[in-house]
Amino acid sequence: MDKKTFVGGVHPPDCKHYSAAKPIEVCPLPEQLIIPLSQHIGAPAKEIVTVGDQVFKGQTIANATAFVSVPIHAATSGRVMAIEPRPHPSGKLLPAIVIEVDGEDRWDPSLKGLDVAHWNSDELRQRIKAAGIVGMGGATFPTHVKLSPPDDKPIDTLIINGVECESYLTADHRMMLEHSEKIIDGINILRRVLGVKQAIIGIESNKPDAIACMTKAAAAHDIEVQALEVKYPQGAEKQLIDAVLKREVPSGGLPMDIGVVVQNVSTAAAVSDAIRLGHPLVERVITISGPAVVEAKNLLVRIGTPMEFLLQQCDGIKYELDKIIMGGPMMGQSQLSLAAPAIRGTSGLLLFGHQDLPHIEVGTCIRCGRCVTACPLHLLPATIASYAILGRFDEAEDYCAHDCMECGCCTFQCPANRPLVQNLRYAKAGILAKQRRT
Amino acid sequence: MAPQLYMSSSPHIHSGESTNAIMRSVIYALLPTCAVSVYYFGLDALLVLLLCVAGCLAAEALCCLLAQQPVSIGDGSAALTGILLALNLPASSPWWLALFGALIAVTIGKQVFGGLGHNLFNPALVARVVLLISFPVQMTSWTAPNPIGSGVDAIAAATPLGEMQTAVMLNGQLPPSAHSGFGDYFIGNMAGSLGEVSALAILLGAAYLFKKKVITWEIPVSYLGSVIAFGGIMWLIDSQLYPDPLFHLLTGGLLLGVFFMATDMVTTPITRNGMLIFGVGCGVITVLIRLFGGYPEGVSFAILLMNGATPLIDRYTRPKVFGRILHKT
Repeated sequence: MDKKTFVGGVHPPDCKHYSAAKPIEVCPLPEQLIIPLSQHIGAPAKEIVTVGDQVFKGQTIANATAFVSVPIHAATSGRVMAIEPRPHPSGKLLPAIVIEVDGEDRWDPSLKGLDVAHWNSDELRQRIKAAGIVGMGGATFPTHVKLSPPDDKPIDTLIINGVECESYLTADHRMMLEHSEKIIDGINILRRVLGVKQAIIGIESNKPDAIACMTKAAAAHDIEVQALEVKYPQGAEKQLIDAVLKREVPSGGLPMDIGVVVQNVSTAAAVSDAIRLGHPLVERVITISGPAVVEAKNLLVRIGTPMEFLLQQCDGIKYELDKIIMGGPMMGQSQLSLAAPAIRGTSGLLLFGHQDLPHIEVGTCIRCGRCVTACPLHLLPATIASYAILGRFDEAEDYCAHDCMECGCCTFQCPANRPLVQNLRYAKAGILAKQRRT
Repeated sequence: MAPQLYMSSSPHIHSGESTNAIMRSVIYALLPTCAVSVYYFGLDALLVLLLCVAGCLAAEALCCLLAQQPVSIGDGSAALTGILLALNLPASSPWWLALFGALIAVTIGKQVFGGLGHNLFNPALVARVVLLISFPVQMTSWTAPNPIGSGVDAIAAATPLGEMQTAVMLNGQLPPSAHSGFGDYFIGNMAGSLGEVSALAILLGAAYLFKKKVITWEIPVSYLGSVIAFGGIMWLIDSQLYPDPLFHLLTGGLLLGVFFMATDMVTTPITRNGMLIFGVGCGVITVLIRLFGGYPEGVSFAILLMNGATPLIDRYTRPKVFGRILHKT
């Protein structure tokens, strides 16, 4: 099959061998779940339970507070122990609902699937929002927002993201192998919501088994599977659309501006559960991997499970940890401790010792231009970074610094190991601050 | 549980490429050329090489100490400048010429701008041009190649380009050496500075740099292409007055300049279109100087002039940003 791709990007070692062959295992319930009110892009949810309340699995415990916001659900049955700031993967202390697990894991009896007879766009969209579904690739953008294009933006194509271009991560890969039917069902529901016929699943060609599996499952449903070149960040929304359809999302715009909606494979599976069974998003598959972990695994984890508990399920660590990353190694966040919980956007938990990661001194730019070649958005990262360091945000803006998606290609490739992404973030913050002032 | 965790901004992995490794690769790529120069010019060439490298390292260390900065000779860039400078000098250069050149290259060429990465002009070429203007006699005293073991003393000789200029000036037409002997030019059997002589050795080094992805095709192709095109047009106009494009390619410092000086990352554009413009500019200026200028050779002037134009070129060749219709300039 011919492999499509985009211009730019880098080739980090994929390191997926640790966990790619490990079937998804169900993670047991911890003693308590820490469920943050902010697990998505948009306004945090507002709690509707109080300390001491008994809750069912799947029960809404916090409501969406805006259009770009989603409700939060109890991930198992138990008692609300506390509502207070707790460590969050972002590194901050953020409000969370702590649930003492009763071990019975009883579903909320009021949750029911939606009969196919009632499948219309508005009802489906409303159900998807009520189930708290967000983009599970890591960006956690509320799915119902993506599914609500205004009338002047007709959608003609649904792209399903099965790329998983970040090294180490294999959660989506395992989902495609083990739950291909559910993903296809989710795609059909999404097509119904959007009223589109064309659906294309994009998968990197380093997962031939997933391509074969999805092609087989998709055959009867008029859904296309597109193999993509192995290159980071092939799974970034704009780069995926560019590769599959040769369309460029305008700067500052959304895929819906060019008639496209992109959803992750795990999101599609969650949509199927929400509509068929009425089950909200209370669990997800997380890859626990990295050279320091004793046994890498793909675990089906309840939202709110502390990372420390996840690590115990993998028999702990081989040697002293130097860095913990939530997400992938290119865009993930380093963690202060293992106290924070897994949330809806957690695709991976990666553990590294000192010798596993580069500790290189930062040098000066030798203008080699590798960052320019690597940048998938065709920016001049070195130039913008230099302006940012000097505080010259007008020039940084002129060089389109705010278009940067922080994919990390420039920093990965820089022979002087300059912290370009960090400088770019600084430039973006400076530009925002400047715009607010005027 | 680890008591101390390392917190940092993403990305958390790195390609492993380093500035030192790039400098090392370029030095390795120059070794064949150094070896050929020592073969043809003997211990004289070796002495020039050693003096230039030692001089550059010493000057770099001195500058760092004076500026109270960490001594940066370990990054390999000073040693590389030394080798490139030596390859731009005649084998008969006196010791003081080599050392003075090294001092100029590192101080005026690089450190006054703030060291590695900040210089506007190629340091080795800055030094070459300063020496050429200040000491024209020593800088143009060429000797004929005198391979090790031939048992003859070095004799003075003109470079093919110098011969051409003299003949065109005196007789109004090209000398015989502009029509034949290309095989000798290719392997390096001609008079010239250390690094000018062997096209073969330079191409070997260039192949290594391409393989290591240290240099990209844009500047070499556009530079060589424009020399062939412009030189070729002139040759078609009057082949008695203007030499064959192949003569342009194989003589003088062109190949050394194309693959090792015009591709210097610090002093050339970072965008692809910028590199193409840079290469074409170098090619046109080189041929202009060779055919119509006061000096027989124009590669160093061409590259330095285009070095000066690099910030301007970068400004006007910004790539189209993804998702934008037009880019602002």
